[in-house]
Amino acid sequence: MSKKIGKYLLLALFFFILTIFFLALKNDPRYISNDLIGKKIQNFKFKKLNGNNENLSHNDINKTTLINFWASWCYPCRLEHKYLIKLKQNTNVKIIGINYKDDQENAQSFLQEFLNPYDLIGVDNDGVESVKFGIFGIPETFIVNGDKIILKKFIGPLNQKNYQEIINIINK
Amino acid sequence: MKKIFFIYLFFSLNSLTVQANEMSDLEQKIFKNIRCLVCQGQSVADSNSEFSQTIKLVVKDQIGKGRSETEIYDFLVDKYGEWIIYDPLFSTSNFLLWFLPYFILLVGGLFIFFILKKKNNN
Amino acid sequence: MNLSNFGNLAIFSTLLITLFIIIYSIKFLNSKDEILLFPNKLIMLSLFQTTISITSFFSLLIGFIISDFSLLSVYQNSHTLKPIFYKISGTWGNHEGSMLLWINIMIIFAYLFIVNSRNAETKYRIFSLLAQNVLIFGFLFFLFANSNPFSLIFPIPKEGLGLNPILQDPALAIHPPLLYVGFVGSSIYFSAAIGSLLSNYKGKAFANSIKVWVMTSWIFQTLGITFGSIWAYYELGWGGFWFWDPVENASLMPWFVMTALFHSLLVLEKRETLYYWVIILCLLTFTLSVTGTFLVRSGILNSVHTFANDPSRGLYILIFLSIMIITSTIIFLNNFRREKYNFFINSKETFILSNNWFMMFYLGTVLIGTVYPIFTEVLNNLSISVGPPYYNSIIIPLLIPFLFLMAIGPQAKWIKNEFKKYINIIIILAISIFANLSISYLFGKMTVLSNLIIISSLFLISYTLIDLVNLIKRKIKFNIARIISHLGFGFLILSIGINYNFSLEKDFNLKVGDQKSFDDFNIRFISINLNEGANYKSIVGKFKITENSNLSEENLYPEIRIYNNSEMLTHEASIKSDLVKDLYLTMSNINRSDLYNIKFQKKPFMIFIWVSSIMICCGGIIRLIEKKK
Repeated sequence: MSKKIGKYLLLALFFFILTIFFLALKNDPRYISNDLIGKKIQNFKFKKLNGNNENLSHNDINKTTLINFWASWCYPCRLEHKYLIKLKQNTNVKIIGINYKDDQENAQSFLQEFLNPYDLIGVDNDGVESVKFGIFGIPETFIVNGDKIILKKFIGPLNQKNYQEIINIINK
Repeated sequence: MKKIFFIYLFFSLNSLTVQANEMSDLEQKIFKNIRCLVCQGQSVADSNSEFSQTIKLVVKDQIGKGRSETEIYDFLVDKYGEWIIYDPLFSTSNFLLWFLPYFILLVGGLFIFFILKKKNNN
Repeated sequence: MNLSNFGNLAIFSTLLITLFIIIYSIKFLNSKDEILLFPNKLIMLSLFQTTISITSFFSLLIGFIISDFSLLSVYQNSHTLKPIFYKISGTWGNHEGSMLLWINIMIIFAYLFIVNSRNAETKYRIFSLLAQNVLIFGFLFFLFANSNPFSLIFPIPKEGLGLNPILQDPALAIHPPLLYVGFVGSSIYFSAAIGSLLSNYKGKAFANSIKVWVMTSWIFQTLGITFGSIWAYYELGWGGFWFWDPVENASLMPWFVMTALFHSLLVLEKRETLYYWVIILCLLTFTLSVTGTFLVRSGILNSVHTFANDPSRGLYILIFLSIMIITSTIIFLNNFRREKYNFFINSKETFILSNNWFMMFYLGTVLIGTVYPIFTEVLNNLSISVGPPYYNSIIIPLLIPFLFLMAIGPQAKWIKNEFKKYINIIIILAISIFANLSISYLFGKMTVLSNLIIISSLFLISYTLIDLVNLIKRKIKFNIARIISHLGFGFLILSIGINYNFSLEKDFNLKVGDQKSFDDFNIRFISINLNEGANYKSIVGKFKITENSNLSEENLYPEIRIYNNSEMLTHEASIKSDLVKDLYLTMSNINRSDLYNIKFQKKPFMIFIWVSSIMICCGGIIRLIEKKK
């Protein structure tokens, strides 16, 4: 009798383990960034690009804001740039750009060539300050509300779908 | 008796060889415990990626500000998730992880104990 | 007829022959007549199967050598500019090719088993052949359905994609075939275990029939793991050789079971007991091999290994694995009879049991650590990492008692042992403690744990050496194999212990012309030169390392290589080895800066680590040769 129970228990254990493996196959093992959604952003300090020795901090966020990490050497950043321009033109969302590990001259040329959608631009030369946002590559874009709570995070260049999502969030 | 004395002597002499913590410096220890998120299975210490270089700067920065090892890990976990740290933190969800191997050791030991017990009872 | 057609024909024929073998085996087993002689038909079919299968492998090999890009796998994994050696090794360096190699090994081992087991009972041999061919059929089916190395690509590309420079390394080229003979070779004693259960062929006779296969697969597994670690150290540029990465764990887990198995076989042979435990270990080894393959190739885990991931592959392997596990478990449980155990606590059998106990513990730890993230991901939607700190903290402390038992165990007598000379143990313990004191004096202080590890590995080494001296005195040759392996293991732990505790690592940034001083060293960044290699351009740094304590100077030349055709970047470490230590230097550039990030390491006793691993293998090889006589 106990032999039978043992037999079924053992088979049940194997069945359980194999089921977990089956389910796991469906998941994408690539790193999806931490759910920062709902958290308040930590206070940050970036020097402004305009060279006046002024700083950008989280006091500059007083309404729904997009924070976009970009660089002139980043090819996907060029692909998403048009969506940022569109957002600037069609909505009243505030857009902050953080120029990541870039050269100031190249950054200025980039903006001249592709237009400037940013209300404010901060500079991060070594990437250390950006770690407060959980950045691990660029481009990455955050939407935060006036209370500085993160509403959504986009990893990689924004596409049409993301653009629509951002519009929806702004309109709420 | 003499032999036991010598053993005792050696053991106490050996206490000279002991120090509390491992010799590696704190920086390297932390670097080795952080996963490089853009690499396939490498720590920040071992990787040459940009991400690793940035994280190394962040850690050096925080050590300089006097943060403790745990505080630094907490900070990184807050931003990047538990996945970034190689040492699985001991918590309720990880309890099984730390418990199961010793459980296996115990079960194995009991098994052998019962096998041996049989003979010596006969 | 082109290669693809020929190859496909060969594999298809192999599939058919496998089916024939299965059908005929069943027919013979079901026949009313008593089965006395092993049917010649099966031997012929098995030989035929082997021949055709090897032919298919050679066709793929030729495809790689002549760069026939009509074959998809050749296109994806080879390139006309690859040196011939790597074109050849590219055959098995990809998923489809490696699966073909798996199948070949399973088929070759099946034939060799039949030929080598002539003294064994016929019914057992037929059942074993049947079980093995069912496995082979499963893999062939998988090959055709999902991973056919002969699948075509049209239009035929002019050049291949496969020029990953990291894969062009001798150690890396050899390491897969070595490992495959290891863990695929374990399929034969998996099948033999099934055969044994179904034909009731037990005891010493059964142990004898699988002994040589267990030993062979163990030797190759050990070699494969060693070469993988050597490659990681010399090529990957991080200065380490073991990272508890899922793919490393996948090769280590079967190794634990193989080690436990051949020790238990000694008991089965000598005392005709522990039969069911041996069966479990036989079934477990190959199961772990397939599980490991599943974990690594399905994409379910993030790992350093570079097989391209494909979930459909994972699905097939998982289905195969499930059938294998459920079936073998049912067969085992149905045929399990209670065994009587007759062990004195103080006996060699008990020591071997404790070896198994520890092996199962190590296995459990590595298995749990490797798959746990999968469970938390599926059940809790939480991603965690289980890395070196976990494995080290659980396994290392338990090595201490293990090393002691390993030292004393072999001396114990079968059935009933008496410790006549406790005094010897105490003396050797004292010697070990003294030696540890000396090591500490030479190198520096360590944690309590490290001290104990060093002491216990020294104990194992000393005890085994004394054993060796005694054997030489008495002119007994028999145990030399065991002594060499156990010595090797002791040296391995000792070297790793010293290496782990007294390695120095320093990470800093330098400009050309700068220098950095720390601890005992001064490192000067002398110059940067541009170099051109066969298929790459490189930036070579010249560094002068001065060691103050012994006033020695070494020049090291780390490189950053940019490969011409794939635009891949690699960082080549510069390594200076001598008996006592390795000096290890890597350099990478920091973007938009003229600074270079330098990683310097001093690693004691690296050479000893490799030598002791090879020593462990040698013991096995000697035992194998002894057996053949």
